[in-house]
Amino acid sequence: MKTVLRLFLILTIALSFTAVQAAETINGAGATFPYPVYSAWAYQYQKTTGVRLNYQSIGSGGGVRQITNRTVDFGASDAPVPPEKLTRKDLLQFPAVIGGVVLVVNIPGVKSGQLKLDSESVCRIFLGEITEWNDSRIKSLNPSLKLPGRKITVVHRSDGSGTTAIFTTYLSKACADWKEKVGAGKAVKWPVGIGGKGNEGVANYVRRVKYSIGYVEFAYAKQNKLTYTLLKNPSGNFVKPSFETFQAAAASADFDPQKHFYLWLINAPGKNAWPISGATFILLAREKKKSNIKTVRFFDWAFKNGDETAKRLVYVPLPDDLKNKVRAYWKQNGIY
Amino acid sequence: MPLLFKKNPVDIFFSVITALAALSVVVFIAGILYILIRESSLSIERFGVFNFIFSTDWDPVRESFGAATNLFGTAVTTFLSLLFAIPVAVGIAIFVTEIAPNFLKGPIGVAIELLAAIPSIIYGMWGLFTLAPIMSEYIEPALQASLGKVPVLGILFEGTPMGIDLLTASVILSIMIIPFTASISRDAFNLTPAVVKESAYALGATRWEVVKNVVIPYSRLGIFGGVVLSLGRALGETMAVAFVLGNNHQITSSLLDAAATITVTLANEFTEADTDLYLSSLFYLALILFVLSFITLAIAKIFLLRAERRS
Repeated sequence: MKTVLRLFLILTIALSFTAVQAAETINGAGATFPYPVYSAWAYQYQKTTGVRLNYQSIGSGGGVRQITNRTVDFGASDAPVPPEKLTRKDLLQFPAVIGGVVLVVNIPGVKSGQLKLDSESVCRIFLGEITEWNDSRIKSLNPSLKLPGRKITVVHRSDGSGTTAIFTTYLSKACADWKEKVGAGKAVKWPVGIGGKGNEGVANYVRRVKYSIGYVEFAYAKQNKLTYTLLKNPSGNFVKPSFETFQAAAASADFDPQKHFYLWLINAPGKNAWPISGATFILLAREKKKSNIKTVRFFDWAFKNGDETAKRLVYVPLPDDLKNKVRAYWKQNGIY
Repeated sequence: MPLLFKKNPVDIFFSVITALAALSVVVFIAGILYILIRESSLSIERFGVFNFIFSTDWDPVRESFGAATNLFGTAVTTFLSLLFAIPVAVGIAIFVTEIAPNFLKGPIGVAIELLAAIPSIIYGMWGLFTLAPIMSEYIEPALQASLGKVPVLGILFEGTPMGIDLLTASVILSIMIIPFTASISRDAFNLTPAVVKESAYALGATRWEVVKNVVIPYSRLGIFGGVVLSLGRALGETMAVAFVLGNNHQITSSLLDAAATITVTLANEFTEADTDLYLSSLFYLALILFVLSFITLAIAKIFLLRAERRS
């Protein structure tokens, strides 16, 4: 009986401690893409400060909806929310990490970084106008590469996704036909191709279907060692997707705090900038000062201590300049 | 309620509790229907019923939505999977009830029920990583080389075999619904009175003749009920299909082409549907599926009840 009582006592004390800790919780919801890095940061943050971050990766759409309804401390979205909408819903917005979209191909004999493409050819492939790999528009970019006269299979995402939003925004800027016929969005009416569910779905189809091309999140391409292509950026250089070229894109882009950092990181002007990237954003309810300070403290900590973790998980940390801009934005809104 | 007349408080309490439990089901169904109608009202107003069902457009950017492509995918995968599953399932049921020796009946019965217990996501992953490559490398080229050469039938097998298409999805679905049809058919076969079967045997009928002329006619309605229940399951199956269907909003004549079903569209697009009309159209799709499932299950129930009354 005594041991039972003692056990009961110990458990009660232990549980009450966790209850105290649980009281200090930040609740967030939204984009699935940054979920791994947020949860890794949250784990370390809880170890050092005892504050728990509870992040539900329910999708960007859900994240925007939940913060609009004020049911969470912060929302997260892969696509930037336009300033007008932010004002209407009384929200604040800032970038947290950078991600990028990479084109991956499966052409026997072609290795990573060998195939060169430009925005025009990518657009024509996804419109279904370039149908074979030895099309002159691809050949002229790759005079030394032996390209087969085989039919191209286009692979795209079937689920709504921020990756698709970034990629279709790129295509809309690449050629007028795309903008007119298809447009940009998290899900679009694809002219050609098959749809894979999630990055893993697209990657799997590309790996299995010969002579295919698809687009995936950079982290996914890197971890799965897919065959990526080089892309021509607006400065005229063929760049390869890497931490450096993504950071070059972020550093050269003009994120404007007045517009709540609303920016598609497409065709950034930097000499080595990768042309298809995007930041993933955090949304705050303007009037909830107290919970915002908690959230901002977490991201400030992550900006200072989280770069290594982010890189290990193949996310691109914000460049220092941009971090300072974000901090100034917080200060200006009285939450830092 | 005879229990209430006894005025025993425990009995009254007991009957009230059970009545509430039973009522809650009705309340839930009514609640779901109400929410579906309320949430889809925006889309119903915009597109109407007829237009929505027959429009093949599904364009989130321009906010023009129609259910036809989804209904097409749902109808084709469901029909094909039933086509593949029914003969196998009925065969299993005949073997278990009429042919198998007693020591085999138990293990086969358990195996069928285990098949039904596998979560659908596992079927989906198995389909994507194992079945799809087999389909694209062996089965589909073989089909193209044989049936694909037949004049009219050939249309069904056009295109590059990628293994991610209506055919693969239907095969996966049929494997998933076999246990349902098989176990209900088995129960229906077991309802055949032994006296009738023994009389047939006594008259010199062979096993095949007994099955064909006695057992199957006797349990036809039961089998039908099982089929319609499987139909309900096939209509609603999501994850397994999402992995191997290719998920394209299109109506295609080839079975080796990608398509989308209602449930797959919901699973794929719900999380990122950010405009009101988009979300409302997804609810509208769900409402259509709800009505479809309700009708099929109601039909199944009616037939099963009739079969039971007869025996």
